[in-house]
Amino acid sequence: MATQQTRALGRIAVAPSVIALFLWMIVPLSMTIWFSFLRYNLLDPNPACSLLTPGQLLDEANRCFAGTTNYYYFLTDPAFFKAMRNSLMLVGWVIAISVIGGTLLALLLDQAIYGRNIVRLMIIAPFFVMPTVSALVWKNMMMHPVQGFLAWITKSLGLGAIDWFAHYPMTAIVIMVSWQWLPFATLIILTALQSFDEEQKEAAQMDGTPPLSFFWYMILPHLARPITVVILIETIFLLNVFAEIYVSGSGGRAGNLPYLVYQYGLLSNDIGGASAGGIVAVVLANIVAFFLMRMIGKNLEG
Amino acid sequence: MGTITLRNVRKAFGDAIIIPGADLEIGHGEFVVFVGPSGCGKSTLLRLIAGLEDLTAGEIFIDGQNVSDVPPSKRGLSMVFQSYALYPHMSVRNNIAFGLKMAGMPKDEIEAKVMKAAATLNLTEYLDRKPRQLSGGQRQRVAIGRAIVRQPKGFLFDEPLSNLDAALRVNMRVEIMQLHQDLGATMIYVTHDQVEAMTMADRIVVLNRGVIEQVGSPLELYHRPDSVFVAGFIGSPRMNLMTGVVAAKHKAQTIGVRPEHMAIIPSGGDVDGTILLTEHLGSDSFLHVDGGEAGRLTVRASGDFAGKPGDKVSLKFEPDRIHKFDGSGRAVR
Repeated sequence: MATQQTRALGRIAVAPSVIALFLWMIVPLSMTIWFSFLRYNLLDPNPACSLLTPGQLLDEANRCFAGTTNYYYFLTDPAFFKAMRNSLMLVGWVIAISVIGGTLLALLLDQAIYGRNIVRLMIIAPFFVMPTVSALVWKNMMMHPVQGFLAWITKSLGLGAIDWFAHYPMTAIVIMVSWQWLPFATLIILTALQSFDEEQKEAAQMDGTPPLSFFWYMILPHLARPITVVILIETIFLLNVFAEIYVSGSGGRAGNLPYLVYQYGLLSNDIGGASAGGIVAVVLANIVAFFLMRMIGKNLEG
Repeated sequence: MGTITLRNVRKAFGDAIIIPGADLEIGHGEFVVFVGPSGCGKSTLLRLIAGLEDLTAGEIFIDGQNVSDVPPSKRGLSMVFQSYALYPHMSVRNNIAFGLKMAGMPKDEIEAKVMKAAATLNLTEYLDRKPRQLSGGQRQRVAIGRAIVRQPKGFLFDEPLSNLDAALRVNMRVEIMQLHQDLGATMIYVTHDQVEAMTMADRIVVLNRGVIEQVGSPLELYHRPDSVFVAGFIGSPRMNLMTGVVAAKHKAQTIGVRPEHMAIIPSGGDVDGTILLTEHLGSDSFLHVDGGEAGRLTVRASGDFAGKPGDKVSLKFEPDRIHKFDGSGRAVR
């Protein structure tokens, strides 16, 4: 079917969208890379570039070449290691909670319970709540030490209130983000559960499989692929969590890499440093993605 | 041992009554085939025996023991499913071994049994493959292997050959019959294909809308159908069923004559007609004849029958091969 001519025609036909997408991706990326090698500070338009770096003044915005200085400062900043640790903790915990909780919830929702459709809808709902809104709700209605719902519960039990964001900001963020991502995992895993072959279930019944063995030997292998998908997709999005940290004001202790980049760029007005941080974050995300694919990517084959 | 007895077994899903009440005795080592058109309840009956469906009423006995409330795995029966229902992520070895493993059998004993089953079914070289790497016939064999390794009192087959192509189906049919002879175990086999039923069964149970129409050996059903339904269902091509004047001549509401029990004579037969079509199979020819009041009839003639469409023929029924039925469809003898 694909003759020389149709193939050439095909290439021409897809060229506009390929070019548009390529530009869309490559322009911001290359600008970020370009900025990351500049001394570029909005608050300190100091023309004396030579004080820090011997480079030449580039333009009237007082930008000049900085070489790898931005990278040096970013990577040796103690805040960087803290942000890294927070990023990984957030990703790790939220994935653990949403995969385990999602599997359990999906098993529950797969049963013929009364009012199943409404329960399903309600379970899915948190996924549609905007991160900023969810952060405000959690901060002011759930975890507030005075008028929060959780405080009311613990106080009624005589345990006293916990000021979540003051004392356990990371835990608070993990709970908040897990609440948002649990529905996603539940939804994907539930869909997979519903495609479980009925006759296989019956064959297992004939083989006398007890419930736990059935879960371990039949359900879990069947769920390997959807769980892989959940982990991959959630990793991508959870590395980018920003709004919840920003809105709840927990950036100081629970700030992750995106938050650090924000601090560099918008709090210190250091565009060069923020760009370097952004590039570091991209590289780290790619490393994580690479190892993830190596570890669990084989579940996606055939 | 492996006798299975159904006593007034009923099954209803809500208001829909699938099986209004079935009684059946299956002896040890018998090969019984449940046959009927789709939706006649034959699979439901099999699943009731397996324990995969709950009884609405009635009792099931296996070896004289009431198993009506016993879970499937404790009934001592194995089932081969239509879709094979192999565990896709397990190797053939683990598929066959799984039931034994769940029963808590020691590992070396399992291994010995799996090897023996694999050898019986020519699966030895495929033991480490996954089901998706096997052909349809091999998967079928694994499903059977999974059933025989548990050494059940009885085997239940739910249309096991319907996913195979025609040539393979004939082979597997012979293999299952061979297996039945070798194991001597009770087997219940569900099919909608009356050819499978005729060739494999010791006894056939014909079902129609959940009711057992007739139970008997293949030849009993062929020679002495109890009802119009059985007469029309068993035999290929179908029996010719005639009503009206032709039937009234024999003092019956309906009469049935099989295509092979009609002779073609020049004139003076029971029915005169015109040939519409001829099908030549080599050994036989089947003629489709417009029999006027008798309706459209199928007649078997010799392989070298020379008649052409449009020719006038007269059909003479073999007098002792005419099946007579009354108004309710029951046989009159």
